Amino acid sequence: MSTNNSMKRSMGLKASARISNTIIYIVLIAMSFIWLIPFICIVLQSFRVESTWQVGYVIPQKWGLDNYVKLFHSDFTRWYLNTFIIAVVTALLQTVIVLCMSYTLSRFRFKMRKALMQFMLILGMFPGMLTMIILYRVLKDLGMTQANAVPGLILVYIASSGMGYYVSKGFFDTIPKSLDEAARVDGATRAQVLTKIILPLAKPIVIYTILTAFMAPWGDFVFARYISFGTSAGMNVAVGMYNWLNKDMINSWYTMFCAGGVIVAIPVTILFMCLQKYYVEGVTGGAVKG
Amino acid sequence: MKRYSDLEFLRLSKWQKFLYRLASFFAGIPVAIKKFFVGIGRFFANIGTTIGSEFADLVTTFKNGDWKTRVSYLIMGFGSAARGQWLRGLLFFVFEAVFIIYMVVAGGYWLSMLPSLGKVGPGEVYNEVLDTYVYQYNDNSFKILLYGVLTIFFIIAFIYTWRQNIKQNKIAEGILASGKPLRSGKDDLKSMVDDQFHKTLLALPLTGILVFTVLPIVFMILVAFTNYDGTHDGYYSNLFTWVGLKNFNTMLSWSGGGNVYSATFGEILTWTLIWAFFATFTNYFLGVFVAMMINKKGIKLKKVWRTVLVMTIAIPQFISLLYVSKMFAKNGIVNGLLMNLGWIKQALPFWEDPTWARVTVILVNIWIGIPYLMLIATGILMNIPADLYESSRIDGANPWQQFTKITLPYMLFITGPYLLTSFTGNMNNFNVIYLLTGGAPTNAAASSAAGTAGYTNLLITWLFKITTGAEAQYYLASVVGIMVFVVVALISLVVYNVLPSIKNEEDFQ
Repeated sequence: MSTNNSMKRSMGLKASARISNTIIYIVLIAMSFIWLIPFICIVLQSFRVESTWQVGYVIPQKWGLDNYVKLFHSDFTRWYLNTFIIAVVTALLQTVIVLCMSYTLSRFRFKMRKALMQFMLILGMFPGMLTMIILYRVLKDLGMTQANAVPGLILVYIASSGMGYYVSKGFFDTIPKSLDEAARVDGATRAQVLTKIILPLAKPIVIYTILTAFMAPWGDFVFARYISFGTSAGMNVAVGMYNWLNKDMINSWYTMFCAGGVIVAIPVTILFMCLQKYYVEGVTGGAVKG
Repeated sequence: MKRYSDLEFLRLSKWQKFLYRLASFFAGIPVAIKKFFVGIGRFFANIGTTIGSEFADLVTTFKNGDWKTRVSYLIMGFGSAARGQWLRGLLFFVFEAVFIIYMVVAGGYWLSMLPSLGKVGPGEVYNEVLDTYVYQYNDNSFKILLYGVLTIFFIIAFIYTWRQNIKQNKIAEGILASGKPLRSGKDDLKSMVDDQFHKTLLALPLTGILVFTVLPIVFMILVAFTNYDGTHDGYYSNLFTWVGLKNFNTMLSWSGGGNVYSATFGEILTWTLIWAFFATFTNYFLGVFVAMMINKKGIKLKKVWRTVLVMTIAIPQFISLLYVSKMFAKNGIVNGLLMNLGWIKQALPFWEDPTWARVTVILVNIWIGIPYLMLIATGILMNIPADLYESSRIDGANPWQQFTKITLPYMLFITGPYLLTSFTGNMNNFNVIYLLTGGAPTNAAASSAAGTAGYTNLLITWLFKITTGAEAQYYLASVVGIMVFVVVALISLVVYNVLPSIKNEEDFQ
């Protein structure tokens, strides 16, 4: 009797598990569809040649590479190069600055440390947009706007990057201090501890910092637009392509926007997928520590 | 309100517990605010006593010091150099020389102009050589304000360095009196990579923050007290000058009820808070939910589901957001498809109707945000001890009970601070709003106020609009920016002070 009952119950459980799993699969498939559909649309429409404006269907009637060919004869190549230069330089310099900052705040106990961290927390509560006005005028006086916007943008991106130390500080906090102390006992200087012991261990966070710093300039829009100020030679891809979707331009540039989007997204996405592991570590670590 | 002891609290019913917690949250708000102001008071009191003791120390050092120390009060670094610490002495001296030269050449001028922000504006001046009037630019209010602030920074730095110079003398005297040798310049250089290494590491990042964040913020706060705008840009058009609290009065006064600025401000602030609430919590709960679905035992292809979602993070937001914005446009693909299918006759007003636009923005934000939350939640869910679930299952808990009693409290406990930063981050979420709607649809009632406010404008996008119009009202933008800071700071303050008490109570369950 009892075995029969428990069998019945386990069969019931199995059945209900199967039902709930089926529901979950349906939800997940629907979600994947919703999450991917815009990107599928972008890719499909970038190959559409019969018209350049928005249409009410997804699959092109005539396929071709016209949009891509046109892309390479427009200012897009210039914007792409600008963005690439900004991204590479920013990624390198910003990483150095963030690591300096976070390592120091994690490892050293000096007099003003707590005050410094609180001060930066408060600074972070001011909307960064506010500083744009003045930075624009200062950069203009220095001749780093419009056509020369690239060095200006790099300068602004890296100058304040020390404020974003939280995630990597959290990582350094998890490296045991006994390692430092052992090395110090053996006669290493503080600088040697950093270069010989900590940096080799900090590979994941270094990669995370480089990756996020590299990806940010591709999407930065507001400040880049402010500084390039309508001069095509100083724009990055986001600013340049934003104009393509203006009311006046969208009808002749819509499919070009899609093609440009594909060209921008491919390298960034590939890089991101390759280094995904480090990104996930950084994001989860950062959120847990707050 | 009545405070329960731990034991009394445990005996309350579920509903009472909830009410009690809610009440204690709101009861905590005045306490938190009071704490804040007491803290500020204490901060200034501390500064006062510090300055007092520093002065006393200056006097005693002068009285007890030898002649080398006394000369150092006038010529910085003299004592250090005279005692053989050449490097330090030289650095101190060079700093003093640079400071004095700067103050004489430029600093004095900027400082003297700071109270007026410029006396002579641009205008036509008679030129004797050409025998005609020529247009001439004169004082530059913008530069006066900027360099004036910079000069004040420099003076503070000088006072600090001067004080350090005196301290060095006192320390050196003490060391010599005890018969030990002083550190040489070589030792000083060595300590830069050793026990003073943190100063070397912080020098570059902090300089950047000081020049590119602190200075601009101080400048922009000061702008709120001027009439700096497109027609008073301080150099080319007109000078700008101090106007006191006038701008705050314009933006915040409720007198008469006809003040279009304060009405607009109130409306946008309300929507900003509503948006931040929904954007944060919809993402949070749905993200946790998705993570739980993917992590559920027996679900296959976990990696595939995760990769699909994560991939959307990689694609730059301006592409995905702009594209989605066009998808929902009047003649966009969504309306096009629905009309082709014959489901609707007229285009749906996704971006034209205020309510539709607000809901669509929140929905698209869910689409943007869930992948991040899924990642974060997955990381945390895996850390929840499995035996908690095991023992609760033996006790007969169903999955829903497990979720509300184990998963959710654990998640909230760990991600409390994250929720706060995400809330304030959403308040300033420029990209999503600007790229999706640009603030549209326009709010006709409010659009006569600065920068044509729209129904989906957040304070931050409104601020941006104010600074980009034909007659950019920088002073109003600055006021809005300061208000954003005040709101964010208040929320953070209250939540931080109240969070621990809620957390502690969570432990009893």
